[in-house]
Amino acid sequence: MDRIPILKMGKFLLVTIQVDMHDQLALHLQDDLTTRIASERSHGVLIDISSLDMVDSFIGRMIANIAGMARVLDAETVVVGMRPSVAITLVELGLPLPGVHTALNVEKGMALLEQRVQERL
Amino acid sequence: MLNNATTLPILRSEDIVRMRQAVRERAVAQGFSLVDQTKIVTAASELARNTLDYGGGGEVIIELLGSGVRTGIRLTFRDDGPGIPDIEQALRDGYTSGTGLGLGLGGAKRLSNEFSIDSKPGGGTRVTITRWR
Repeated sequence: MDRIPILKMGKFLLVTIQVDMHDQLALHLQDDLTTRIASERSHGVLIDISSLDMVDSFIGRMIANIAGMARVLDAETVVVGMRPSVAITLVELGLPLPGVHTALNVEKGMALLEQRVQERL
Repeated sequence: MLNNATTLPILRSEDIVRMRQAVRERAVAQGFSLVDQTKIVTAASELARNTLDYGGGGEVIIELLGSGVRTGIRLTFRDDGPGIPDIEQALRDGYTSGTGLGLGLGGAKRLSNEFSIDSKPGGGTRVTITRWR
């Protein structure tokens, strides 16, 4: 069973979604990520979706779930790299991604995570 | 008017990934813009998930449409599942009979140029969408 790798970068975890996710892979990612947030005591998760050429309500729900689970584990989530065509489609689909912070790229996402963690101290 | 009709099974979640790739390929071949490709692939993904989750599996027919300068893609999702008792309710955002977000049907409709649905309790469901270039 393949899995999406989770990289540790200091206080944060970085996930780059590069494959067209089927359901099982998405569910494994939720499990793996929540386990890692707890074991690494991470304060933030950065999810890079720049490789995704579409986000449907299933993937959107997975992202929202991860953000929700991370929040109750005292970690912030930032989604980075959404393609413009994906953003246009998501809005038309009616998917609001509540509680999910976004940034244009990994660099800006890291800055946003740092800032949010600082604000909470 | 019709050519290159392809039928793909939707019996497992991996089939949805395969179907998305097939729809994307055809949208590119039909000259769709990147945004239009993304819209029809996303609509297809929502409907395929309905076919799998609520219809118990089925199939999709992909048709390439071309009439003069107008090109498009028509997708027909078919299943022999329990059917939808109240179509208007099912089309409403946020309504779900399962565990989903309830955006599938309404969202797919918004992402398409033409949308039709035929379903009756016990008689399966057939959803057809068309997107023109």
